[in-house]
Amino acid sequence: MAVDHNHPNLARKSAADVASQEQPTSNTIAMLGERQLLSNSGIPLDLNWLQEVRVNTSAVERRAQTQVARRTVKKEWQAAWLLRAISCMDLTTLSGDDTDERVRRLCAKARHPIQQNLVQKLGIEELGLKVGAVCVYHTFIETALNALEGSGVRVAAVSTGFPAGLSPLAERVAEIRRSVEAGAHEIDVVITRAHVFGARWQALYDEVAAFRQACGAAHMKVILGAGDLLTLRNVARAGFVAMMAGADFIKTSTGKEPTNATLPVGLVMVRAIREYAQQTGMAVGFKPAGGIRTAKQSLDWLAMMKEELGDSWMRAELFRFGVSGLLGDIERQLEHYATGRYSAEYRHPIA
Amino acid sequence: MSIAEKFVSMEYGPAPEDSKEANLWLERHGRRFELFIGGAWHAPASGEYFDTLDPSNGEKLAEVAQGGVVDIDAAVRAARAASTEWQALTPHSRARYLYALARLVQKHSRLLAVLETMDNGKPIRESRDIDIPLVARHFYHHAGWAQLFEQEFPGYEPCGVVGQIIPWNFPLLMLAWKIAPALGTGNTVVLKPAEFTPLTALAFAELCQEAGLPAGVVNIVTGDGSTGEALVNHPDVDKIAFTGSTEVGRAIRSATAASHKRLSLELGGKSPFIIFEDADLDSAVEGLVDGIWFNQGQVCCAGSRLLMQESIADVLMSKIRDRMGSLRIGPPLDKAIDIGAIVARVQLDRIERMVAQGVAEGATCWQPQVVLPSRGFYFPPTLLSNVHPTSIVAQQEIFGPVLAAMTFRTPKEAVELANNTVYGLASCVWSENINVALHVAAQLKAGVVWVNCTNLFDAACGFGGYRESGYGREGGREGLLEYMEPSWFKHAPPLPSATLPTAQVEERLEASMPAIDRTVKLYIGGKQARPDSGYSMGVRSPDGRLLGEAPLGNRKDIRNAVEAARKAEAWAKATAHNRAQVLYYCAENLSQRQGEIVHRLAAVVGEKQAAAEVELGIERIFSYAAWADKFDGAVHNPPFRNIAIAMNEPIGTVGVICPADAPLLGFLSLVMPLISMGNTVIAIPSERYPLITGDLYQLFDTSDLPAGAINIVTGYASQLLKTLAEHDDIDGIWCYGDEATVAAAKAMSIGNLKQVWTNEGRAIDWFNTKLAEGRWYLEHATQVKNIWVPYGE
Repeated sequence: MAVDHNHPNLARKSAADVASQEQPTSNTIAMLGERQLLSNSGIPLDLNWLQEVRVNTSAVERRAQTQVARRTVKKEWQAAWLLRAISCMDLTTLSGDDTDERVRRLCAKARHPIQQNLVQKLGIEELGLKVGAVCVYHTFIETALNALEGSGVRVAAVSTGFPAGLSPLAERVAEIRRSVEAGAHEIDVVITRAHVFGARWQALYDEVAAFRQACGAAHMKVILGAGDLLTLRNVARAGFVAMMAGADFIKTSTGKEPTNATLPVGLVMVRAIREYAQQTGMAVGFKPAGGIRTAKQSLDWLAMMKEELGDSWMRAELFRFGVSGLLGDIERQLEHYATGRYSAEYRHPIA
Repeated sequence: MSIAEKFVSMEYGPAPEDSKEANLWLERHGRRFELFIGGAWHAPASGEYFDTLDPSNGEKLAEVAQGGVVDIDAAVRAARAASTEWQALTPHSRARYLYALARLVQKHSRLLAVLETMDNGKPIRESRDIDIPLVARHFYHHAGWAQLFEQEFPGYEPCGVVGQIIPWNFPLLMLAWKIAPALGTGNTVVLKPAEFTPLTALAFAELCQEAGLPAGVVNIVTGDGSTGEALVNHPDVDKIAFTGSTEVGRAIRSATAASHKRLSLELGGKSPFIIFEDADLDSAVEGLVDGIWFNQGQVCCAGSRLLMQESIADVLMSKIRDRMGSLRIGPPLDKAIDIGAIVARVQLDRIERMVAQGVAEGATCWQPQVVLPSRGFYFPPTLLSNVHPTSIVAQQEIFGPVLAAMTFRTPKEAVELANNTVYGLASCVWSENINVALHVAAQLKAGVVWVNCTNLFDAACGFGGYRESGYGREGGREGLLEYMEPSWFKHAPPLPSATLPTAQVEERLEASMPAIDRTVKLYIGGKQARPDSGYSMGVRSPDGRLLGEAPLGNRKDIRNAVEAARKAEAWAKATAHNRAQVLYYCAENLSQRQGEIVHRLAAVVGEKQAAAEVELGIERIFSYAAWADKFDGAVHNPPFRNIAIAMNEPIGTVGVICPADAPLLGFLSLVMPLISMGNTVIAIPSERYPLITGDLYQLFDTSDLPAGAINIVTGYASQLLKTLAEHDDIDGIWCYGDEATVAAAKAMSIGNLKQVWTNEGRAIDWFNTKLAEGRWYLEHATQVKNIWVPYGE
């Protein structure tokens, strides 16, 4: 592709036009408007693209605030959306005191996220509702795989020296390999935030590309550590580099940072995903993680996905919530919908 | 459809706001409303009522009294009667009433929001999240001003009875913008709501009752244009505040010309929305959504003219079209609707007609595939490209969800295109480069500039236009000034009518050696110029002696003077320090010539006054030299994370009809504050002694005043005034004269709605420094531009 460096936008646009004329293939994983998208195989690092990144924090915050007020779902639509939120969950336990038994409990909940009588009341037996994945440390991959056998719930492992990501690169790559060998379907990796602060984009790209290679067929979610990066521009740039290096998902946070998944951060990342899809014809998923605890929040995030990217990004293939406490609130809301009475936490089995 | 099916489709589904309470409220009133006059409900004298409709379905909501001349008279009487008691209250008491109104608006916020949406068609999200909270905020803020009135505005008093006419696009919000500052400064009010949207004003009347507001302080008279006309023409109204179309604004200016009614006009706009290549484009697109697809585009400050840098035009247009595709249009009571109904059939027709006309002129029309509701008045979001400045859709206000898109190449061209309009209400600049953004903001002819944001409003910030978008501000300290006057001025005696001395028996100057003829000329563009007419006018002493001859200027001389003044606009960009230096130099040179000028002036005004005029004239120039770098703007405090800069900008080119009673001091008292603030001036010196021109230009020529900053055309004020007042390239006119002259200035200024400031035919004591100089003059020599700059990283 010949890139006119004075007008990289235009050059990319024409490349995108060419891509859009390609024949539809069975590899289509998403639609962006009328456009068919493939899974992300990465592109060479494009520094011009990074230089063009513009993010106005106040305007992004305003959009995030008003978007929540612009969209709402009620009654049976709300129930359907909450069920969808459940299906997009990465039910997570990442604590120092995790044990095999704790993980098995979580997996049991992942198989049956809402109790059977509620399933019947909602008339959704046919959906076979389950969460998207269970997310654990490497140590518990085997436990989770056994507990989830035959359920279709995937097992995700955090990796690469999670959450700081500061162990030697070779060890981080080896960690991925070990998890993949252990059978993890998905690997959540963390980036070296220092590369972002230092604008060492090539180093960041190489790091993520190495992770990508180590992941092999496993899905790679790249955690940007938005709460550490702090500026939205940094978040956008890091997101683009991760996508260029072949991320299947980009993920907001480790859940261990001072602030985690906020709507402004999410908005910047989904806009980046949209632009990447428009320019390359490839779809990257999105995972907000940390701080999402209420049913209302989950609806806001789903609405953001629908507004900014479209319905393809409201499915577990391209959208996940990284959560530990959200499910309880959703269960209560669903019971309220089903019975008309407000529910209590202890009425729902815990994970 | 089952939940399982909805789980697959992931549609939004309906989310209707319940209208039960609002309908109950309407039922309680039998769906029929009277006029709120003197604290009670009265049937209209005519016995006539008109329907108000729900534009989302065309159904009748209620019928509302048609107020007429008799009802307006009753309302004005009630307001006048209440005025004394209201003004006699302590500021703190008035603050308590306004505070109560703010609280009541909050307590009944949902009823007001639902009623507003039903009557107007705007999405409930907007009435609930924007309109009504801003209404409460306005009353809170002005409760504060009421409390501080005496401390902050010593020597000022309220106008008295204020007539207010508001539009249908933000019915209750515009009511708040009008009533809160009026009451806060001690005025009483007769308000006429828009014909299409009277309901929330009537609900507000009930809140006034609930707050225990003294009867007659607020009166609400519903009706049509004729009702508004009756209010405008009522002789006992002291001020008219109007928001609406420029055409009606003109009619009001004309109708009130012969009265002392103060006037503030908030009129139309065709506001530019400028996007530079280094903007956050996705955010800029959301800004457009808040700009032109807010309130169905029925917003006077809507960013309806998109100006985008050529390099990003394709990418941006594609982003805009994508975003338009996700706008949801439908029943406005649905909480997840972005675009509701157009207010009325007639407005919908107008939008359709203008878009068709734009397309006929070559514009390309793009609309997303949307299904409009089968009933009610709806218009889809619309993007017009291939639009040029010559297109009607680029020039005229459409007042609908229609964006006209054009490109520019450089910041300079962006400013040029942005200012290429008769309007000047608001503007948006999107750029991540603060240098570019503020550079452009400073040059835009608009009362509001939003940098990287759109349609932000707050009670603490002034809102109002340049040019034909009106004059006066609403909100902030600058808005408050519209509702008060200095006491001394309000009670100043009328100017005694003066006649020019007539010729006595002609005497020749007897001398053995004839004096060298001293020829006074016009002063245009820094040069002495002979009058186009080739005639002169005799100038006589009070006892009829011929003192000399002054050139008889005519309309062509005015034309030349205006052109010269326009060319001198660099004066506005000179630093304030530099302007001060020039003024000080003028004072220095006047002091040098003190003796000779006093000597000549004495022949007209007597020795004593002549000496005083020159002495005080020097002092006056010193004052305005001092003020040049001290009449600061402000940084307002709206409840957003931003810097809202209120900048005092010069009005531009101003024509001045100078007072006759003090030929030199009167001239300096008016021209110097204008010059000090960076205006350029075309001054018509008093007919009584136009020969002063000769002294003045020698003064200016020797003081480094740039050519054209001050131009002087002598002649008969009655003739020159007409050309000045009608000239479309003059931004303001200061007219000091008798009642008739002042009325003529106002009436003739409507062409471009230039700002008119007069002495209202009153006598001003130019020799009293406390009255004849200072902030009051500077406030009229400037207009406030509010620049909103959000920050955050």
